[in-house]
Amino acid sequence: MLFRYIFILIIFLPIKAFALIEVDITRGNLSPLPIAVSPLSIDKKSKESFNKILKNNDLGSEISIVVENNLKQSGLFNPLNKDAFLQEPDIAHLKPRFEDWALIKAQALITGKVTFVDEKLRVEFRLWDVLAAKEMMAIAFTTVPTNWRRVGHIITDKVYERLTGEKGYFDTRIIYVSEEGKKTNRIKKLAIMDQDGFNTKYLTLGNELVLTPRFNPTNQMVTYLSYFRNLPRVYLLDIETGIQEVVGDFPGMTFAPRFSPDGKKIIMSFAMDGNSDIYTMDLENRVVERITNHPSIDTSPSYSPNGKYICFNSDRSGYQQIYVMKSNGSNVKRISFGKGIYGTPVWSPRGDLIAFTKMHKGKFYIGVMRTDGSGERLLTENYYQEAPSWSPNGRVLIFYRETKTDEMGEGFSAKLWSIDLTGYNERLVDTETDASDPSWSSLLSN
Amino acid sequence: MNLVKIFKNVLLVTLACLVLSACATQKKSTSQLQGDVYTGTDTVEYLASGVPDRVFFATNESILTTKSRDTLRKQAAWMRKNSDLTFVIEGHADERGTREYNLALGERRANAAKDYLMTYGVAGNRLSVISYGKERPVDSGSNPLSWSKNRRSVTVKAN
Repeated sequence: MLFRYIFILIIFLPIKAFALIEVDITRGNLSPLPIAVSPLSIDKKSKESFNKILKNNDLGSEISIVVENNLKQSGLFNPLNKDAFLQEPDIAHLKPRFEDWALIKAQALITGKVTFVDEKLRVEFRLWDVLAAKEMMAIAFTTVPTNWRRVGHIITDKVYERLTGEKGYFDTRIIYVSEEGKKTNRIKKLAIMDQDGFNTKYLTLGNELVLTPRFNPTNQMVTYLSYFRNLPRVYLLDIETGIQEVVGDFPGMTFAPRFSPDGKKIIMSFAMDGNSDIYTMDLENRVVERITNHPSIDTSPSYSPNGKYICFNSDRSGYQQIYVMKSNGSNVKRISFGKGIYGTPVWSPRGDLIAFTKMHKGKFYIGVMRTDGSGERLLTENYYQEAPSWSPNGRVLIFYRETKTDEMGEGFSAKLWSIDLTGYNERLVDTETDASDPSWSSLLSN
Repeated sequence: MNLVKIFKNVLLVTLACLVLSACATQKKSTSQLQGDVYTGTDTVEYLASGVPDRVFFATNESILTTKSRDTLRKQAAWMRKNSDLTFVIEGHADERGTREYNLALGERRANAAKDYLMTYGVAGNRLSVISYGKERPVDSGSNPLSWSKNRRSVTVKAN
C-alpha cells in the first residue's frame, strides 16, 4: 500500500511540474502569453439583482474585462479577442473543450461564475492550462457587490502569481497630486484611484498647495506636504476617516515625508535657517530624532524594507548625489558615481535595488541601481520626469513626466507613466486631470 | 509690372525688418543673463520707488551676486525706514530639478536673502521665509531665460 502511494507521487509530480505553462519575467517579455479570459457566467436572476444595485448589464462580462485589461497592461499577457471564443462561458467553466481554445492559440484560459447570494457577490474562477488540458487553480470568494472591480483585480493577482511565481500588484491604489490650471499657478489636490485608473476620488479641495503624498505600507494612512495657512508642513491623513494632523511641532518647513517599512515612523526633511536635514518621528510616542547633521541639503529619504538602512539625496559633494546610511545616521556612503546628478532615491520593496531620477545634459532619466551603487541601468529618458514609486511586488515603477512648453509658454502638461523594471512596457497611466507625485499602495487584500 | 515691383520691395523690407527684430530679441535675451543669472527687469516689481522686490540666482546656487547684494541693501535701507512692516521672503527654484531638492534649494535661497538683510540691520523677527521650490514659476517658458527668471527670492510685504 505504502509502496503504491510513493509510486504514484513519483509518477505524477514530475509530469505536473513540467507540463504547466510559465511566464518568464526575468527579461523584457517580448512575446506575451496568449490567454483567453472567458466572460464569467451569470444566471438571469443574479444578473437582474446586480443590475438593480450596480446599474450594470452583465457583471460577469464586466469583471472579465477588468481582468483582461490588467493582464494586458502588465505587458506579460496577450488577452485574446472574445469574438473568437467558441464555448459558452457556463459550459467552459465546468469543463473546457481544450481543442477549441487551442485552436485560437490560447495557452491559458480563465473561466468563472458570478452569483448573487444573500445580498452578496459570490465569485468562483478557474485557471486552465490549455495545452496540458489541466486545471491549474480554482478559487471562490464572497464580497459586497460594490467591490466588483476589486474582484477583477484579485482574480488578476491570483492568476499573475500562479503563472509568474511572483505576487501581483493589481488590487492596489495609487495616490497622486491632481493638477489643474496655469503653469504659473497650478491648483493641486490629493487624489486617489485604483491602480487601473478607475474610482478616482479627490481628498483635498485645492485651497492649499499639496505635494508628495506617500502611502503607509501597512495600512491606508498617507503622509504628504501641505501649505495649509502658508506653513509648509508634513501631514498625516487617514483615507478612511478623512482626519488630518500635522506631524510634529517643527519651527520651520518639513517636507519629503515617507513611512518606515513597519509604518510606525515618518522620515522627512526639516529645514532650519536654510539648511535641510533628515529627521524621524515615531507616530506612537511622538519622539523626534535627528538622523543627519550636515550643512548640505539632505532630503528625499527612503528606508530599506528591513528598516536597517536609509537612502537619501544630498549635495554634500557639491551636487545632488545618492547616499546610503544606517538607520541611526551612521556610516554615510555615497553610492551614485555616474555622469550627471541624481535625486529621489527609493528603495525597492524587494530590497535589492534603488530607483532614482538622474539629470544629465538637459535630459531626465528614471533608473535603478543596486544598493551599493553598482549595476546602474537607465530605463527611460525624457525632457522632464522624476519621482519613481515601486509597485508592491517591485516589478513596476510609476513616475510623472512633464512636457516642454512652446515659445508662448503654452502646452504644459504633467502625466503619470509606468514602466517595467526591465525597461519594457512603458505606459501612460490615465488620470482625469493632469497628475504628478504618484505613490503606489500595498496590496489591499491578502 | 509696377505692382509686382512694389510688392517685391515691400516683401524685402518686411523680411529685413523680421531679420533685424529677430537679431534684436536675440541680443536682448542674451544681455539679460550674466552667466546664467537673470539681470533683466521683466518680472521685477518694486517695494518702493527704486527698491526692487527680488534677486536672482545661478542654477543650483544660493550665492548672492553683486547685483543681488546691491538690491538687498536697498531693501534693507527701506525696511529700516519702515520699521512697522514685516516681510515674507519667498524662495523659488526653476523647473529643471527634482521637486524635493528644489524645496530645500528655495529655502536656502530665501535664507541667503534673509541673512543678508539682517546683516544690514533688519531684525530677524520681521523676516519670515517660505520656500515654494519649483511650484510657483513667474515665467512658464521652457528655456534658459525663463528658468533664470524663476530662480529667485522675492521679498513680499506681510502686513
